[in-house]
Amino acid sequence: MAWVWFHRFGSPPHFYRLATRLTPWFAWPAALLCLAGLIGGLVLAPPDYQQGDGFRIIYVHAPAAWLSLMVYVVMATSAAVGLIWRMTVAYAVSASCAVIGASFTALALATGMLWGRPMWGTYWEWDPRLTSELLLLFLYLGYLGLRNSIDDVGRADRASAVLAIVGVVNVPIIHYSVIWWNSLHQAPSVMKFGRPTMPAAMLVPLLLMLAGFTAYFVALLLIRARGELLRRERNAHWTAEAAGATATG
Amino acid sequence: MSEQRVGFAAAAAALIARDLRLALRRSGDTLQPLGFFLVVTALFPLALDPQLSLLRDIAPAALWVGALLSSLLALDLLFREDAQDGTLEQLALCGLPFQGLLLAKTAVHWLLTGLPLVLIAPLAATALGAPYEAMPGILAAVLLGTLALSLIGAVGAGLTMSLKRNGSLLALLVLPLAAPVLIFGARATALAIAGEPLAAPLYLLAAFTVLSATLAPWALAAAVRIGLE
Repeated sequence: MAWVWFHRFGSPPHFYRLATRLTPWFAWPAALLCLAGLIGGLVLAPPDYQQGDGFRIIYVHAPAAWLSLMVYVVMATSAAVGLIWRMTVAYAVSASCAVIGASFTALALATGMLWGRPMWGTYWEWDPRLTSELLLLFLYLGYLGLRNSIDDVGRADRASAVLAIVGVVNVPIIHYSVIWWNSLHQAPSVMKFGRPTMPAAMLVPLLLMLAGFTAYFVALLLIRARGELLRRERNAHWTAEAAGATATG
Repeated sequence: MSEQRVGFAAAAAALIARDLRLALRRSGDTLQPLGFFLVVTALFPLALDPQLSLLRDIAPAALWVGALLSSLLALDLLFREDAQDGTLEQLALCGLPFQGLLLAKTAVHWLLTGLPLVLIAPLAATALGAPYEAMPGILAAVLLGTLALSLIGAVGAGLTMSLKRNGSLLALLVLPLAAPVLIFGARATALAIAGEPLAAPLYLLAAFTVLSATLAPWALAAAVRIGLE
């Protein structure tokens, strides 16, 4: 049957074993890609003719901003899968996403502010992208707040799933409304960051960092989802076996 | 046993009438959001230099922040009591479209908080220095905006109705989602006060309101069903 793999995917012990096996396959590439990207970006890439060395923060900022959005989509998608097929595994993945996504969002905000200080002369500019990133952080905090205030895990899962789906419909609307809000206010006077096509020496490290951050996210998600599954299924038989195997192995 | 069939329209009308009657019996509570809105907008001139030009600049912000916050005030009670005394369960089980019945309750929220704001907005705008010519634009923006606020807020109220402690959580859930309403509404108000064409933000606000009215009932029904479990 074509759907067997899908049902097996939904079984916590199966997913736990799969995640345990897959984690190093994402963690090691993440480390290597980030190392290569950092060397390429911080040492080998030439300084920008306008921004000097200040542009190099893009190698952390852009991947973090990219992931802050991607993690939200992953969170909402797995929440929807959980709601539709009532899968514990999908809920565990969704719950594990929130803290990671909020951290990437905070990182993107912090690096954006650090970049803004030398470039704009101020830490905080109500720049459309920074502002929509800030609203995204609030969305993550709302999701975490809702989860935390419901004691029953099953109900917390379903309620936060509805919130994540409402949020993911709203994220593009919020993003574009913030961009229009700003462009209605003033013509974009700041330089367009990264719009002129980048030379390969700058672009390749950025792509390496993007790939590295994404692999890092997957590895982190697998680890957190395993922890989440162990907590939820702490009374199940397989949990003791899995814990025993980890302890001895 | 005689089977009584009640159509959806009759049920929704009865629900709206019941909720309005309940609200009228507690007119003190019902009027609170309106009083809150007036106090908030009156605080802005106190905090600033009461120069007309300055007030005119901050009028859109004062009006819309006030509208957002006062719309939040009444949300907490929107479903809470009906969830506690079992009314919502009966509504969920009665066989009529649950989304529609909840939409009727949301309409009551708008009638009690949105409509008074629409009526009082010209007064508050005048106090903040908006010219008479700006009133149609402001009215249209507040009308569309409060509808969207009630719809989005109802989803948040449904998600938090069964929580014992939800004080600021509701605000944290609802306010980021309502950011487009604030942006387009304040923008339309600012253009109306400046006497410029305000069609663009008004159309965007209308689009957002229509989208909320289309999608919110389903999210709302899902949220309330989860809360009832």
